[in-house]
Amino acid sequence: MDDELLLEEKRQMQEEMEQAQILGDFNEDLPSSEEYLVIGFSPGSMPLKQRWRNNGLSADFLAEYLATFFPGNEEDTIKADKTIEVKSAVSYVANELLENAMKFNDETSHLPISIKLEMHSDRLIFFVKNSLGAQAMAKFQSYIHELITSDRDELYIRQLEQNVQDESSGSGLGLLTIMNDYMAKVGWKFEANLQHPEIMTVTTMVQLDL
Amino acid sequence: MEIKTDDYSVVYDPATQTVNFRGSLRLSGAEEYADITQLLSEVAEQAPEKINLDLQDLEFLNSSGINMFSKFVIKVRQQGNTGIQIQGSKKIPWQGKSLKNFQRLMPNLQLDLQ
Repeated sequence: MDDELLLEEKRQMQEEMEQAQILGDFNEDLPSSEEYLVIGFSPGSMPLKQRWRNNGLSADFLAEYLATFFPGNEEDTIKADKTIEVKSAVSYVANELLENAMKFNDETSHLPISIKLEMHSDRLIFFVKNSLGAQAMAKFQSYIHELITSDRDELYIRQLEQNVQDESSGSGLGLLTIMNDYMAKVGWKFEANLQHPEIMTVTTMVQLDL
Repeated sequence: MEIKTDDYSVVYDPATQTVNFRGSLRLSGAEEYADITQLLSEVAEQAPEKINLDLQDLEFLNSSGINMFSKFVIKVRQQGNTGIQIQGSKKIPWQGKSLKNFQRLMPNLQLDLQ
C-alpha cells in the first residue's frame, strides 16, 4: 500500500513537471505546415562574442530561403515589394529572437538552441527554443508579464526613456519592437526538463501575418 | 570622425553636419555600440543648429541599435537648441516601421523617407 502511494506521488510529481506553462499568444492547435526550415545550434565552447555574427547570418539565410517559396499571384512590382517587405521582417524577427536565445541561454545544460520557421498560407510562424536557469527565468517571466498586460505603445516609449538612465547592456526592445513595429503575436511555453530539473526550456512563438 | 568595419561604416561630414550610416548594424549591446555613441555625442556637443542622420544605406539595424539612436535623440532633445533630421529610404522596410518612434521621442524631429 505504502509503495503504491509513493508511486502515485512520484507519478503526480512527474506530471506536474511535464506540464508546460503558457504565456501570451502561444497557439499549439494550428495545423502544422508542409514547408518549414529548422536550424540548430550547439552552444559549444567558443565565446558568444565570436559567434555573434552567426545570428545575423542565420536570420538572413532564413529570409533568403523563404523568398524562394514566397507565393505571389499579383502584379510583378507589387509582388517584388511584398517579397522585400517579408524578407526584411523575417530577417529582423529571426535576428532578434536568436540574439535573445544566445544571450539568455543557460549554457550549463549543453542543450541545443533551435529556430524553426514555418510557412503557412496566411502567416509565418517562428519557434525558438533555448534553456533558462531559475534566476533568468524569474526575470524573463516578470518582463513577459509587463509585455502582455501593458499598453505596448506606451511601454515602448517608457522603455526608451528609461534606457537613457540605464547603462546595462540589454535594451528590452527586441520583443517590444517585434510586437509593436511588426504587429506580430508572441507567446511562450516553459517546460521543465527531467534530466536538468534546475533548468527550464522556453519556446518563443512569433506569428507574423502575411 | 569615422568608423569603418567590414559590416558597416559611420562617417561624419562637418561641412553638412551629417552623419552617414551604411551597411548592417547588429552589434551585441551598448558596449559594442560605444564607439558610435561616442561619435554621435561629439557631434551633439558642438551644438549645431541641426544634425542630419543619413540612414538611406543602412540596410539592417537591430534593437540594440534602435536603442543607441533613441538614446541619442533623447539626449539632443534634453540639450535643447539642436534639431535632428533623419533621412531614410522607403526601399528599406525596417525604416518605415521603426523610425517613426523617434518622432514620438522628439516631436520636432524631421523624418524624410525617400
